[in-house]
Amino acid sequence: MGEMQIRPLTLNFGPQHPAAHGVLRLVLEMDGEVIQRADPHVGLLHRGTEKLIEHKTYLQALPYFDRLDYVSPMNQEHAWVLAIEKALQIKVPRRAQLIRVMFCEIGRILNHILNLTTFAIDVGAMTPLLWGFEEREHLLEFCERASGARLHAAYFRPGGVHQDLPDGLADDIVAWCEKFPNFITDLETLLTNNRIFKQRTVDIGVLTSEQALDLGMSGPVIRASGLAWDLRKSNPYDAYDEMEFDIPVGKTGDCYARYLVRVEEMKQSLSIIKQAISKMEPGSVLADNNKITPPRRGDMKMSMEALIHHFKIYTEGFHVPASESYTAVEAPKGEFGVYLVADGTNKPYKCKIRAPGYFFMAAVDEMSRGHMLADSVAIIGSLDVVFGEIDR
Amino acid sequence: MTSADITHSEKNTPDVKQDFAPLLSALLADNALYEPSASGELVYRCQLDKLFTTLTILKSNVDLDFAQLSDLTAVDYPDRLQRFELVYQLLSISNNQRVRILCAVDEGQIVPSVTGFFKSAEWSEREVWDMYGLFFSDHPDLRRLLTDYGFEGHPLRKDFPLTGYVEVRYDDIEKRVAYQPVQLTQEYRDFDFLSPWEGDQELVHSTLNAEEEKDTMLKQDGDA
Repeated sequence: MGEMQIRPLTLNFGPQHPAAHGVLRLVLEMDGEVIQRADPHVGLLHRGTEKLIEHKTYLQALPYFDRLDYVSPMNQEHAWVLAIEKALQIKVPRRAQLIRVMFCEIGRILNHILNLTTFAIDVGAMTPLLWGFEEREHLLEFCERASGARLHAAYFRPGGVHQDLPDGLADDIVAWCEKFPNFITDLETLLTNNRIFKQRTVDIGVLTSEQALDLGMSGPVIRASGLAWDLRKSNPYDAYDEMEFDIPVGKTGDCYARYLVRVEEMKQSLSIIKQAISKMEPGSVLADNNKITPPRRGDMKMSMEALIHHFKIYTEGFHVPASESYTAVEAPKGEFGVYLVADGTNKPYKCKIRAPGYFFMAAVDEMSRGHMLADSVAIIGSLDVVFGEIDR
Repeated sequence: MTSADITHSEKNTPDVKQDFAPLLSALLADNALYEPSASGELVYRCQLDKLFTTLTILKSNVDLDFAQLSDLTAVDYPDRLQRFELVYQLLSISNNQRVRILCAVDEGQIVPSVTGFFKSAEWSEREVWDMYGLFFSDHPDLRRLLTDYGFEGHPLRKDFPLTGYVEVRYDDIEKRVAYQPVQLTQEYRDFDFLSPWEGDQELVHSTLNAEEEKDTMLKQDGDA
């Protein structure tokens, strides 16, 4: 008898599967229970965000950024407003910078709670999710009190933030910051030394630092692989240069290291939130430029000029001088970048969104080869993917 | 209960070197030209036949060490003689530097793939093929990425309508999803806010530039 060719079994994972973290269709070629090749089919959530942005004014394009990575909306807005501010060369008042830093770190905790607890549920631990969502609810309430919306905030605006914090919000956030470490301790008691959790994550999906660079990784994933790279430190934006914090760096580059890095990042974020609040002083939260930032509602009742400015800004918008720039922020998942080409009109000529999760998803093939089927779930969970930003 | 598997780093990555641009310009001298940018970022422009060499130098030179291709995209300029512009964003973590390489490409020209030494280009090149219809040679698996199975056209081209051409609905008789031409009760209202009194200075400027460019290109063609 001649040699027999055995065709690998093709397994279809998703597009509706709870462990796929959204609408991912993963076509796996299996040799028994071992993955030979993984082919992610993405784009099931493609909404044409970049095309839509080309047809909207700069201000109208802002809410689209909330809907990319809907787990930490304000961090995306941040990249967009920084890109506009760079092109317009406007300065942001200090209070607004601190408010932005504070909400970016709240966004980071929001994101990490969701990721860590859903990662835990993917590998079999139900409890953290139930408790984690209670904490997320507190944070979303803070977002709602500042912006009026729990998730799609549209709070960061070119030149600052939409409105000042309501009375008492900063105190409540500080009070919450005192309570939250208890949750982190509980989470770690449940997971960090948990035998089952470690069996599912240690030495699974290992990325060396060279591989991580080559695959376009960023954020906690590249840090878990041993590179101390954080845009908040290397290219500080807004008030990050005043903040004192450490970059947690993993050693092993496996799923477990990514978990540890995220847990540690939450503690650092808590400290940044407290620092930002302690530095806040009363003051303006929007740049003083009538052609770019809308007038206050009170002024519009008394001043004809303010009324005209309001009308012009919300219909025509502002014109951005011809320029091109790449602006990146350290979003909770990694480097979130905006490549903005302005042509001097009131609409962007081109806006490319560089989402961190996009490159994570592209790496799933390389990371899951040779692993068991169940490990692919742990790998996807540890990479922290959200399809809003991958499919755009 | 911090695990021993985690270390903390307070070290700031190296400061942005002031003399980096001259070094880069010297190393790329024959391949790419420095292009001043209003945002103060490092931008170089190169010809399509030099693109592969330029990116190889950036990745392999130990002083430059641009180990990560953080993004790759294209921009469509229908008025230009060479319609598309490829945009490569590179990052060097050891130098804390970013550089952007621009490369003009015409419709139908074939671009060399860089997946051989930047793994992250694999999906980005697929996306550029999907969205702009630029073909990459030697790409291991150049399929559409974000659009639907069986999609036709390249949506991010400027001549592709925002609403697209087809829409889907569930056909209750045939018991499957059916495609049909897009039907809108109202046209998408695209206002332009260019004042007829002032004339748009930028637009006038760019048209003049494009004409000049065309003239010089034609002249060069004549010389050749």
